[in-house]
Amino acid sequence: MSVRRLAPPELQPASFAFNAESEARVAKEIVKYPPGRQASAVISLLWIGQEQEGWVSHPMIEVVGKRLDMAFIRVLEVATFYTMFNLVPVGKFHLQVCTTPPCTLRNSDAVMEACKKHIGPSQMTPSADGMLSWTEVECLGACTNAPVFQVGRDFYEDLDAETTVKLIEAFRRGEKPKPGSQIGRVSSEAVTGPNTLTDPAIYSKKPETA
Amino acid sequence: MLADKDRIFTNIYGLQDKSVAGAKSRGLWDGTKKILEMTPEAICEVVKKSGLRGRGGAGFATGLKWTFMPKEVKDRPHYLVVNADESEPGTCKDREIMRNDPHHLIEGCLIACYAMRAHTAYIYVRGEFVREREALQAAIDECYEKKLIGKDNVHGWDFDCFVHHGAGAYICGEETALLESFEGKKGMPRMKPPFPANMGIYGCPTTVNNVESIAVVPTIMRRGPEWFASFGRPNNTGTKLFQISGHVNTPCVVEESLSIPMKELIEKYAGGVRGGWDNLLAVIPGGASCPMIPKSVCDEVLMDFDSLKAVNSSLGTAAVIVMDKSTDLVKTIARYAYFYKHESCGQCTPCREGTGWMWRVMKRLETGDARVEEIDQLWDVGKQCEGHTICGLGDAAPWPIQGLIRHFRPELERRIAERQSQKVAAE
Repeated sequence: MSVRRLAPPELQPASFAFNAESEARVAKEIVKYPPGRQASAVISLLWIGQEQEGWVSHPMIEVVGKRLDMAFIRVLEVATFYTMFNLVPVGKFHLQVCTTPPCTLRNSDAVMEACKKHIGPSQMTPSADGMLSWTEVECLGACTNAPVFQVGRDFYEDLDAETTVKLIEAFRRGEKPKPGSQIGRVSSEAVTGPNTLTDPAIYSKKPETA
Repeated sequence: MLADKDRIFTNIYGLQDKSVAGAKSRGLWDGTKKILEMTPEAICEVVKKSGLRGRGGAGFATGLKWTFMPKEVKDRPHYLVVNADESEPGTCKDREIMRNDPHHLIEGCLIACYAMRAHTAYIYVRGEFVREREALQAAIDECYEKKLIGKDNVHGWDFDCFVHHGAGAYICGEETALLESFEGKKGMPRMKPPFPANMGIYGCPTTVNNVESIAVVPTIMRRGPEWFASFGRPNNTGTKLFQISGHVNTPCVVEESLSIPMKELIEKYAGGVRGGWDNLLAVIPGGASCPMIPKSVCDEVLMDFDSLKAVNSSLGTAAVIVMDKSTDLVKTIARYAYFYKHESCGQCTPCREGTGWMWRVMKRLETGDARVEEIDQLWDVGKQCEGHTICGLGDAAPWPIQGLIRHFRPELERRIAERQSQKVAAE
């Protein structure tokens, strides 16, 4: 369990509103659920808000609560329960570094050290230019491509210290480096090339039905 | 070795066309209407006969689970909820299905919904999988467009499929926590009974299945339960996506027959252990919650439910985490202890307090700054945590630690003795 609190009042913005693009996404999420069950969309709405602002603020929680007809406390407990929500402002590019054993076994420590050295010593703290921040997270679910970190919607996979530094520098320049494997894999096939699904026959005709 | 023609996930690496047309050319969406002409009972019977056991870790018979749903729909609609909250460390198979081969899952949802008389399926995808959600949504949109699903679709069973947004909490992989989270609450597990088949989401009958369990169903229906059951050993049948990570030369996801020897799996597909098989120290065979097994066991063990249970571990999600002789096992397990501390929802005291306590002791054992009796105490506390919580997280948290104590106790004692002698020397 982790204890999570909202950012102190001096960091909180005066108000929050979904912009037009976010509103369109919000509408699409709410209709997925039966009438009266719109609370199911609470995670989606907080996520849309976070994508818009970079973090989840007190006014955002109020707005989401009103939109979904939920009490403030109900949305607050969701926002503080799920660690994916940033409760404080983070850098424009927020590196979520996985340090669970499948990643540590493949030296995610080096990735984290690179973050400490090139972004800043402490987690969840934006760099001076506001471009970068980093944090340690639990398993991201890309273990055969370890070590990995996530930035926004994308995973950066098969990392080492050197590629991490290169990526950090690219982010600092405001670039969006190519996500996915950094050693040229398409997804989770062996780096030497797929060792299964190589029989061309399976792609030339339909498998027979029994 | 499983032949390519017997692999279910023919686009698991995403190298082929991911569209409906591409999926159809690989045999998907073929004769789906004919399958839905069977009775729901007959479909459950086929799935039962195939011997398919749930692929999410617990290994419960999928066909049997489906029959727990009420036989007729009364005032409450039925739901299928697919568990794609993949966050067991080592596990990364559902991700590949969703982003590369999503039509298996969508067609599976349709068939499973029909078999359970449901018209709606929700796929609960963990929050971090944004691109996976996008890929899956794109595939669903195309299916709606082609009238494969939706109201008045070509298959004659009204069916809606929605992608639900999770937020990356390990606990939400537990089915009742997932249901709570789905309803817009904190992901805290519910007491059972009532079971989800009676009271699931919104108080309606619901079945929760893992992505892979649902995704293999269309192929089983087409090729027959005997075909699926011809792989693996009795009670451990079928093919399975294995994920091999850690100290191997070429980590990968691969579909193989259950009951494949672990050594063969690692050597044939993952390029072998770094530094050769003799450099192997231990393997965690099925994801974080499965106790580790030392090399001597790995030499012979088969990768299936019963074989791994017989050696005090489990198949879990078949996430094979390989550790060579350079691994600091105590540090690794201490990290797992931290993972459980972090992911405990805090509802039950034994788990909330126990996971933190176990982590703190593990941290001290890492440097040997402990007493030998504390190893036994750690074992005891773990046993008190196990079985005294609402959900399985409290059970699973001590298992990696127990695996360590069971097989590597001398290493723990060595560290304590070494630290002791350092202290004495310093005085």
